Amino acid sequence: MGAIILLSLLGILVLYLGLYNAKSLLLPVSIAGLVGALVFEVLAWNSGAAPIYHGMVLFDNFALAFSILCIVVTALVLLLSQEYFSAISKNVAEYYCLMLFSLTGALMVCAYHNFAMLFVGIEIMSVALYILVGIRKTDFASNEAALKYFLMGAFSTGFLLFGITLLYGATGTFDITGVKNYLVANPTAISPLFYGGILLMMVGLLFKVGAAPFHFWTPDVYDGAPILITTYMSTVVKVASFAGFIKLFSYVFSPLHDFWTPVLLVIIVITLFVGNITALMQTSFKRMLAYSSISHAGYMLFAIIALGANANTSIFTYGVAYSLASVAAFAGLILVKRSHGSDQFVAFDGLAKKNPLLALVITVAMLSLAGIPLTAGFIGKFMLFRTAMADYHIILLVLAVVNAAIGVYYYLRVVVHMYFYPMAEQEEKLAVPMGFQVVLLITLFLTVMIGVYPNYIASLL
Amino acid sequence: MDSIIQNIQGIPLNHYLIFCSVIFAIGVIGVLIRRNVIIIMMSIELMLNSVNLLLAAFSAYRGDASGQVFVFFVMALAAAEVAVGLAIVIMVYRNTKSVDIESLSKLRW
Repeated sequence: MGAIILLSLLGILVLYLGLYNAKSLLLPVSIAGLVGALVFEVLAWNSGAAPIYHGMVLFDNFALAFSILCIVVTALVLLLSQEYFSAISKNVAEYYCLMLFSLTGALMVCAYHNFAMLFVGIEIMSVALYILVGIRKTDFASNEAALKYFLMGAFSTGFLLFGITLLYGATGTFDITGVKNYLVANPTAISPLFYGGILLMMVGLLFKVGAAPFHFWTPDVYDGAPILITTYMSTVVKVASFAGFIKLFSYVFSPLHDFWTPVLLVIIVITLFVGNITALMQTSFKRMLAYSSISHAGYMLFAIIALGANANTSIFTYGVAYSLASVAAFAGLILVKRSHGSDQFVAFDGLAKKNPLLALVITVAMLSLAGIPLTAGFIGKFMLFRTAMADYHIILLVLAVVNAAIGVYYYLRVVVHMYFYPMAEQEEKLAVPMGFQVVLLITLFLTVMIGVYPNYIASLL
Repeated sequence: MDSIIQNIQGIPLNHYLIFCSVIFAIGVIGVLIRRNVIIIMMSIELMLNSVNLLLAAFSAYRGDASGQVFVFFVMALAAAEVAVGLAIVIMVYRNTKSVDIESLSKLRW
């Protein structure tokens, strides 16, 4: 709880720093605050989990692990922001402030124990992002992305709320343990309202994680938003939404899994194919990453249908691997776009000659996203597939492996462009600022470390 | 307060359910088929208000106050959302001189 309070106060402090024009302090203060929040979360690790604040939030190890992941990824994103924000807008403080507010919402989604907190958390997370997506006020693509994101976000909130209301009508409580007790107490006489509630909440959350057939806003929004905001959206927001999703389905609704598993199975298959096949056809690196994030949402939904103790660990590992690789890939994209002004694959031609380190980091990130052994992404995929295997979802598994193979093709395309295509024209070496170097090395190190020594992260939860 | 609850309970719960579902469905259809952004936002408000009404009805029937408290959460956050949403609409209008969804179709796969 300390982290949530600290981060919301930090957002206000950062806003005041902007008011008094202390621009050089913004980044250090934000990073210091994030480190403080991290300390709060680490100190609460393993410290007996009971719901606090009248059963509103619960900081068990599951919530803490996902919170820590969100905080660390936000810190990495902020480290990339040094010259980025000031180049596209005058109001730099608002970026930091809104991102911190959004992170506060994400932590609430990770730790909710009451549907009120789930709703409030999702809203805090999203409302701050509506502004961030549209922060380039005169840019047409950014405007369109903001409007689409806002309309889809508000629309999906309506579904989520109607679902919560129906569950309340059936059970008379918003507390997730109360709802689960209702299911356990009368397994035969469950009100029909409850089934409708499950489906509506599922629709609302699938909109948020961007799974097909509710994915159509994702590519446009990811493409139109500033790259750094896209990084934040496709990592922190997605991971936090999945933490909320898996808590709801594999804890609260688990007694009814015969009812919702078939629905999710269909959605997973559609998501995997839509994400991967559309990603094949892209010529823009940014848009390819947007579609690949749809397919990764499909993989993460795997863990939800495979109930069991392993599900939390495997989805967390996958979240870590995916977030680190995405941050590295987007950081590379920012640098390339800065020197070329383009986010097409062609802009990556000959990058290995211009900057071998950057090319290496992007390669490792792509391998990790594709799930090649010795990277974190392989461990994540392996654990997900193993949990699905234990549940005998063989057909699903075959389809997922086919999709993983399709994924390898389009991820490696950018690697081919970097190593085997000649440079378009003779250019000077691509300079990598200090903040980027730190982030690239951290992501490279962690991706390889998790890939080589998976036991540390597998025994965490 | 007691007389209000009695009045609410005077109507069968199923009527509230059907009524709210119909309003919610009108909202969803409005979002899907209308082309004016302002009207889409009104439809979204309709969806949220049907939720509020249903929460209040359930709350009165169960004699449990938490449903009514939830209504306040929904109202507060809906207001925040609309404030941001209208700002976005104004920003779009300044650039395109239009509030029609069709004017915004530059991004396509």
